[in-house]
Amino acid sequence: MSQHSFLPSAARPSRRVALGAALLLPLAACTSGPSGDSVSDGGGAAASDGGGALSAEGLALVDPWVKAAEEGMTSAFGTLANDTGRDLQLIAASTPSAGMVELHETASDGSGGMSMQEKEGGFPVPDGGELVLAPGGDHLMLMDLPAPLQPGDEVELTLQCEDGTELTVTATVKDFAGAQEHYEPEGSAGSGASDAGGAHDGHDAHDGHAGHDADTDPEDGAE
Amino acid sequence: MTGPEEDPAPSRPGRRHLLRAGGLGLGALGVGAAGAGLDRSLRDRAGSGTEAAQPDPAPHGEAVVPFHGAHQAGIETPAPASATLLALDLREDVDRDGVLRMLRLLTDDAARLTRGEPALADTEPELAAEPASLTVTAGFGPGLMARAERKAPDWLAPLPAFGIDELEERWCDGDLLLQVAAEDPLTVSHAARMLLKDARAFARLQWGQSGFRRSPGVVRPGSTLRNLFGQLDGTANPAPGSEHFAKVVWIDEGPFAGGTSMVVRRIRMDLDGWDEADRGAREAATGTRLDSGAPLSGGDETTPADFEKVSANGFPVIGEFSHMRRARGVDDGEHQEIYRRPYNYEHAPVPGSGLLSESGQVFVSFQADPVAQFLPIQRRLDELDLLNQWTTPIGSAVFAIPPGCAEGEFLGQAVLE
Repeated sequence: MSQHSFLPSAARPSRRVALGAALLLPLAACTSGPSGDSVSDGGGAAASDGGGALSAEGLALVDPWVKAAEEGMTSAFGTLANDTGRDLQLIAASTPSAGMVELHETASDGSGGMSMQEKEGGFPVPDGGELVLAPGGDHLMLMDLPAPLQPGDEVELTLQCEDGTELTVTATVKDFAGAQEHYEPEGSAGSGASDAGGAHDGHDAHDGHAGHDADTDPEDGAE
Repeated sequence: MTGPEEDPAPSRPGRRHLLRAGGLGLGALGVGAAGAGLDRSLRDRAGSGTEAAQPDPAPHGEAVVPFHGAHQAGIETPAPASATLLALDLREDVDRDGVLRMLRLLTDDAARLTRGEPALADTEPELAAEPASLTVTAGFGPGLMARAERKAPDWLAPLPAFGIDELEERWCDGDLLLQVAAEDPLTVSHAARMLLKDARAFARLQWGQSGFRRSPGVVRPGSTLRNLFGQLDGTANPAPGSEHFAKVVWIDEGPFAGGTSMVVRRIRMDLDGWDEADRGAREAATGTRLDSGAPLSGGDETTPADFEKVSANGFPVIGEFSHMRRARGVDDGEHQEIYRRPYNYEHAPVPGSGLLSESGQVFVSFQADPVAQFLPIQRRLDELDLLNQWTTPIGSAVFAIPPGCAEGEFLGQAVLE
């Protein structure tokens, strides 16, 4: 997968090494980086008002991925690691693959289940810290998908921080059974959707699941 | 920031160490099957003074076989203890683009899992922590080549039917083959499931077969496998790492250069019937001594057989119908060779069958040209082989194994692009 930079086989990925690898990810998406160490995006600098250009160097979304969906909405994940030397506040995200992206948190819905809601003000990402975007937790909500997101597709994600820092990465679309938190958009009449509910409903490619599961487990090896 | 490329493996202080894998990119040919020996020497070199005296409490878990390289891992790699073979059938709506997307996903999974990292979106990342020499090897059936709109090698087709075959469709063919192998069945299980989850949108499982060899540390590395008949099986193999191996196994030209062909045969072994044969009858059937694996003409396991030697009564010492003579054979003055990498299987018998076990061998062989190398051997065995009394092929498949891929490439890229 061209967007992933593989570590040498023997390397145990310490956080720093993993970050180094992740920094290579967005090269295809942004051309201003002079080397694999930079992911600075000209857009971010231009958006700031003439002051010192805020480079995204040191900021990486490690292992970005998106849950496959036929239509409607889905969610995106990854670990945003901040080694920029300054505290950041993630306030927005965008992608050509969705009409709208919201930053969501997942919380107990008070009835034993989990539900998600937009995170007002976004997520803080302190210097030296990281924001984990994962199924069942904080995530990016991709809504109004103009086209199906199929397993193996690549999605360009752009993250925007309050200070104008912008990071664009390429995320891989994965077939994923989880990430089904209940979501009820504000003002909706109660017909809530779940993250990427479309991925497993009426998806022709999944015909045969029932039989598949029964057949999937290879025979037990002899003990 | 230190780039990963500045961090060569041997100098890392960690216990993670490289096992050679068919000389993949290492230029370390010649180590052969002595993987564990190399393993130990690397560890000793890397160990500091304080560590040196402590035996590694889990010496096999962190062993890594490099995924990337000129050849795929899992062929010349010493066969580990546990393997699962998965054959997948592409869904009807999967086109060339779908095939490529699937292979990119599976390649990424394999690259991560083989180095002991969770796959992307791995729901059980803890199960990926011990790679245990994990290898993932992919092979293509004719169906995948057609769907990817690329010409298949002429030899890529089901084997012809043999008289001894009792093939069951549920053990035959497939568009995509994944051979998942490691020194540990839990590692194999997790990797196989992760790969299946990412293949699910593109393909259905046609068959899955699991098998076992000796556990690590039980016999000397490079020892020939004993099958469930107790027979040493694979003595005639070319030595991994040798030029001989390269000549027998690797395709040397065309899109599949650096790849090979894989024959998978599921061979049921009638252990209950074998019980009725005494040792003399067993050795007459195999043509070898059961204890040492030596040919009945004398010597030890590696002594060349003397097929001309006759007994005092004038009969060949290695019988005309013995497996050894029939499997070796010479056609048109040429001695065909293959590289056998089989696994034993054993399952609980069907209730009420009266059998003690459902046993056999997942026969796997690699050869540059199955028609020129495998078929003549199989034809001779089909015609005459005393072992046929106790063995029955019930599954059969042939796959084209693309060459290995480099970092950033996907498996089969050289063949499909």
